Amino acid sequence: METLAIISGAIIGVAILMYVVLDGFDLGVGILFPFAPDEKARDTMINSVAPVWDGNETWLILGGGGLLVFFPTAYSIALPAFYIPVMAMLFALIFRGVTFEFRHQAHTSVHLWNRSFFWGSLVAAFMQGVLLGALVQGVQIEDQRYAGGMFDWLTPFSILTGVGVVMGYGLLGATWVIYKTEGETQEWAHRSAIMLGGGVLIAMAAVSVMTPLLRPAIAERWFSGVNLLYLSPIPLLTLALAVTLFWSIFTRRELLPFLSSIGLFILGFAGIAISLYPNIIPPSLPVWDAVAPRSSVIFAMIGVAVVLPMVLIYTVYAYSVFHGKASAEGGYAHHEHE
Amino acid sequence: MPPLDAEILARLQFAFTVSFHILFPTLTIGLAGFLVFFEAKYLRSGDEVWLVLYRFWVKIFALTFGMGVVSGLVLSYQFGTNWSEWSRITGPVLGPLIGFEVLTAFFLEAGFLGIMLFGWQKVGPRLHFLATCLVAIGTVISAFWILSANSWMQTPAGASFVDGQYVVDDWLAVIFNPSFPWRLMHMTTASYLTTSLVITGISAFYLLSGTNLEVARKAFSVGMWALLVLAPMQIFLGDQHGLNTLEHQPMKVAAMEGNWETQPYAPFHIFAMPDQKLQKNHLEISIPWASSLILKHSPSGVVPGLKEVAVEDQPPVGIVFWSFRVMVGLGFLFLLLGLWGAFARWRGTLYDARGLKRLAVALTPAGFVATLAGWFVTEVGRQPWTVYGAMRTEDSISPTVTGASIATTLVLFLIVYGGLFGAYLYYLSKLVRKGPDPLTLRETEEKPEAIRGARPGLVVPAE
Repeated sequence: METLAIISGAIIGVAILMYVVLDGFDLGVGILFPFAPDEKARDTMINSVAPVWDGNETWLILGGGGLLVFFPTAYSIALPAFYIPVMAMLFALIFRGVTFEFRHQAHTSVHLWNRSFFWGSLVAAFMQGVLLGALVQGVQIEDQRYAGGMFDWLTPFSILTGVGVVMGYGLLGATWVIYKTEGETQEWAHRSAIMLGGGVLIAMAAVSVMTPLLRPAIAERWFSGVNLLYLSPIPLLTLALAVTLFWSIFTRRELLPFLSSIGLFILGFAGIAISLYPNIIPPSLPVWDAVAPRSSVIFAMIGVAVVLPMVLIYTVYAYSVFHGKASAEGGYAHHEHE
Repeated sequence: MPPLDAEILARLQFAFTVSFHILFPTLTIGLAGFLVFFEAKYLRSGDEVWLVLYRFWVKIFALTFGMGVVSGLVLSYQFGTNWSEWSRITGPVLGPLIGFEVLTAFFLEAGFLGIMLFGWQKVGPRLHFLATCLVAIGTVISAFWILSANSWMQTPAGASFVDGQYVVDDWLAVIFNPSFPWRLMHMTTASYLTTSLVITGISAFYLLSGTNLEVARKAFSVGMWALLVLAPMQIFLGDQHGLNTLEHQPMKVAAMEGNWETQPYAPFHIFAMPDQKLQKNHLEISIPWASSLILKHSPSGVVPGLKEVAVEDQPPVGIVFWSFRVMVGLGFLFLLLGLWGAFARWRGTLYDARGLKRLAVALTPAGFVATLAGWFVTEVGRQPWTVYGAMRTEDSISPTVTGASIATTLVLFLIVYGGLFGAYLYYLSKLVRKGPDPLTLRETEEKPEAIRGARPGLVVPAE
């Protein structure tokens, strides 16, 4: 059962990582929306994510659904504990999600939907960062149930991770825009990526310093004996990727900045996973105490093993259909009355 | 107990968000099937009217699908925020069913929706048709899993209660639990019926106003054929579903019938004001023996009454009783419309009968009302249980979440969903008033690629 529990945890981890990277860049596009040079750039930006955003967001349902599948106890503890940020995130995602259709149909109210897209993306990203911080700092559990208050999630640490994720998604969005656009919009995205990249590195450093201070167990995980040696590739690779990111932006590469940003996210994610292991909810709920009964885990794993590879194949195909530079014409942003 | 405690607030919130959500899948499940039909007809016949129809209805599909996605995401997290005990205890059964829905349906729909909407110039007509088919299949797979999960809560099977949690013994018994096949057929048919009514209603509106005639005639004819088949089929399926409910959830049927005493020769009440406090009905207008005849196919058939169980184990009778009558009444109205359409077609006046067109316009949203009424019957009729006969609703809520938090989010949902619904209807009516984009011959001669879509995908400048 212990192995099953660890594999289950890994599946949830991969689903959340997929979500963070994929929806991260389209939320980032929303965060950058009001700062774009002009309305035509905004049309291009929204067109670049319109065919894929729905699939990206599906990973969030897989993350939530997956938690209910593999760790129903953790699901039933985390969601009441994080009631307010989860609800805020859902409302924000509603406003952002409907923008794709409504903005396309809108005539005089395009600016209203621009605002809805920006605030929805910003608040959703911030709340996801807050959720991350609130999870890392730990949740009070008694008798397999949440035992804290409605505002336990709100701390300086969770606000820091909230700001960090906003900048991180912004960076993913900016580097995606570099990849998908040309000319003035791309120039602007270059400048945005440099600023956001700097912000992300500062936030990552701050989180890295603060996380081991949260609990002695985390500090021990990273700094005790051989662990320091084994885990040293993570900060070193992060540094190398940061250098690659800025170098690739300055040398006007188109795809490499986006890939470097994704790499930074994966490493940050790995760092957090290492800090949390073996807990699904720190400090006191390890994966093997929260895992669902064997019959449920096995059944779900068969589904994941059979279906997820197919999902990945046609997701790659769907992306490849819309390869190349995006345009302001056609797609959702085409306002037929204008 | 205070009148508005956390339990009733959580129930109200879930009832509101899930009712709001189901409106959109109800249309997209059915519309996806019609879009497959339109595109297949176009590919086979080359008649551009089918393409114009496809391009018009796919816009409504996209608008509706987006609403379904955002309101559905809420539900997958609301289980945990407001119903954490339910999640913990039934998670091992219902979690994998929902997980399979995400894996086999949501990804499929999302993956190919982009191609369906924006892929006209990116992929060939056959691949585009495949994308439409896969999206339609995805909607049905989605209905399969979520109705299986819902049905398990109505008629649990294949699992046992071990150490405070359900543990599954037999997945096939869980998935194909006793009420699932009928519920799946009843709901899928409801989707197609609702969509038929929307299509005939909007087409009738064009026919009455004398606009978009060619396209409207085709769609009106297709929709009327669909109604003629689906309306009687739905009445049959509803009857069978009811008999299944009688077997497995007798108190739900007793509430639907407003029947308090277990008795033979039970009457069917056309009208009544059920009074749960006094355990009787006021102002009954009844057909003698009819309830026994419908449920037991014999006047002396013994029909269960609500008094068989304690008051606290009875569902709220009034809501179930009246929702059932709304659903059934509308169902027979849909049958009438279908028969009238067939009669007019036989007379050769399908496109001219004003009364028929007016009734079709009036019934445009009626399928949604009937579907919601049906869900009210089955969900309120399951009370006071979340898992019928096994887990009470009051034991399912999140113990630490305060009534104030649920009240706050409930008010926010009311405001936000109200605004969204207004925007949805506004943009929908804008699409309808604008009508299908005509596809003139000249246009297709000048720009051959225009055949393949007036809503072009992302244009790659290099191409």
